[in-house]
Amino acid sequence: MSERILLQGNEACALGAIRAGCRFYAGYPITPSSEIAEVMARELPKIGGVFIQMEDELASAAAIIGASLAGVKAMTATSGPGFSLMQEAIGYACMAETPVVFVDVQRGGPSTGLPTRPGQGDIMQARWGTHGDHPIITLYPSTVEEVYELIIEAFNLAEEFRNPVIFLMDEVLGHIRESVTLPPDEDIEIISRKSDEEFEEAEEIFLPFEERENVEVIPLAKMGKTRFHVTGLVHDESGFPVGTSNIAGKLLRRLENKIRLHADRIIKYEEFMVKDAEILVIAYGSVARSALRAVKMARLDDIPVGLFRPITIWPFPFKRLKELSKHISGVVVAEMNLGQVAREVSRVFKSRQHFELVSRVDGELISPSEILDAITKMYAGMTEF
Amino acid sequence: MAINIKQLTKEFSDPLSIGITSGHRLCPGCAAPMTVKMALMVAKHLGYEVVVGLATGCLEVSTTIYPYTAWSIPYIHNAFENAASTIAGVETAYRALKKKGKLPVDKPIKFIAFAGDGGTYDIGLQALSGAVERNHNFLYILYDNEGYMNTGNQRSGSTPPGSETTTAPVGKAIPGKLQLKKNIVEIVAAHENVYAATATVGEPFDYMNKVEKALKFEGPSFIAVLSPCVRFWRIPEDAAPSITKLAVETKYWPLYEVEKGVYRITKKPRSFKPIREFIEKQGRFRNLLKHPDADRIISELQDYVDKRWERLLALEEATRDKPAR
Repeated sequence: MSERILLQGNEACALGAIRAGCRFYAGYPITPSSEIAEVMARELPKIGGVFIQMEDELASAAAIIGASLAGVKAMTATSGPGFSLMQEAIGYACMAETPVVFVDVQRGGPSTGLPTRPGQGDIMQARWGTHGDHPIITLYPSTVEEVYELIIEAFNLAEEFRNPVIFLMDEVLGHIRESVTLPPDEDIEIISRKSDEEFEEAEEIFLPFEERENVEVIPLAKMGKTRFHVTGLVHDESGFPVGTSNIAGKLLRRLENKIRLHADRIIKYEEFMVKDAEILVIAYGSVARSALRAVKMARLDDIPVGLFRPITIWPFPFKRLKELSKHISGVVVAEMNLGQVAREVSRVFKSRQHFELVSRVDGELISPSEILDAITKMYAGMTEF
Repeated sequence: MAINIKQLTKEFSDPLSIGITSGHRLCPGCAAPMTVKMALMVAKHLGYEVVVGLATGCLEVSTTIYPYTAWSIPYIHNAFENAASTIAGVETAYRALKKKGKLPVDKPIKFIAFAGDGGTYDIGLQALSGAVERNHNFLYILYDNEGYMNTGNQRSGSTPPGSETTTAPVGKAIPGKLQLKKNIVEIVAAHENVYAATATVGEPFDYMNKVEKALKFEGPSFIAVLSPCVRFWRIPEDAAPSITKLAVETKYWPLYEVEKGVYRITKKPRSFKPIREFIEKQGRFRNLLKHPDADRIISELQDYVDKRWERLLALEEATRDKPAR
């Protein structure tokens, strides 16, 4: 039987990453994520891993890309201000198709903002923070146990799609302590880096960015096996920079397709009592816990309401929401920002009369009663006539 | 100006007149507010008006807790890495205002940036170098507490070897931080036309004299002030002055200045104490002292500070009357 232990969200993140095979961490202290670095600094040397504290977030992000290209699973963790500084490297990792994990434990922003308080204002930065069209995967758990399991998934997705994965948390989730049952080994799937057997036998010039039929993700070159040219410039299949428009267009579309064509494999969500629901509450991260409570309370009053919790934030689960929209009349979105996910949701529920945003940006977690109020009011409005 | 404490006490009997007031939330015994207070008293005493810029850090968060502020002078905080860039922008803006006739040309205004070691040795180094190279007229005061104390004691480029931090814990596999701290004064002094000095709160007259020199210097100036964090150095609340005095007496923190390439040691103790004495007085080295490699690490550090002192003496001799420009 697995043991039950008391863990903080940030600790769970670090320990889960180690379980996923992360053996390189480069980072820079920032509230409320510093505990992740502290656990890594303590644990990685014991198992032959490497922890480096860098001189800033630019360096941290660059270091994990270097480590990953050298063949090691690598990650960094930060919060909003540091995440802003990492954006250039995130774009580079997309372009160079490097599997890395960036953890962002969100606090109130913008700028230095509210360093010790929760926020969810980095949803769009996770998607569009770096310039240019680029593929991105973003996950966002809502319990400590899920942090542990999902960070493993983050590493798996990074390796499978040779892409950076953004792992969002928030201050509440980072600092909350919960009893956690760590999954036994047989329940954990760990995806290791793909290698190209054919190539290793043939020993030709390896083409790590080659376009192959029906294959969007090409295995990375193995360190020491071949000459490997990596650049943030638009490049051909060998990795050498080229400026021709047909190659540039093809490359960007292939990068986009890596995620777009496999969205079903990537997207995860959780639903609670949505089958007969007329009102759908949408919330994620620590706010989803308040939302779950609010939905349970509303059900006691016989209000037909359900909860939809996106676990994968990007790519956004449009398809499932479209299906749900067929029998949903009203939507309540609860988030600690000014409506970043609500804007995405409104693209699906365009014509709905009943659309309510429960939003807080004052560094306080949204409470169940605030969400319940919104549900009750909406239901009253819907049943009036 | 010979600084006279009695005179300063009288001059600044009104606490609001200094520029930083009591009632801020820094820990009792923290050396950072002493660093600020002494510098501002000197500036005001000399008749300057002061604009301050702060980097993110303990000093910034603890002196500006909403809805209060401990600052009674113009103040700007931007981000962690850009105190030098921000104060450079402010200095330029004031110059422009004077040029446009919106401020009297002869109004004596000085620009002081305060930043910790994280915001100076590490993330802010590029901004500092740029501002010094562009020859802005400002004073940059580093309060060096040798770690990221605001976020709970992580190692920085200034943390000494063997010091216990959360990201360089002293353990069996690794005896804490292995690297020596950067020599930040040498880095700044390597720029052209700059005044750079070390100082510490345990030697207030030496520090205040340097502030005066720095403020009067035509161009960028920099003072690195060894400024203990009582919390994470694990020392008693009243120990910051005595421990930094000891830092000078053990050659851990030699007091000197470099003005346009000319070195001058400002304090030469008649006799020195072993570095071990400085280490044993602080709880942050407790685990190092228990480590099997402690003797080797401490003797290497002793060797390092001895050699650095000899080198400083030689530099003083070699650069006498030979300014770089």
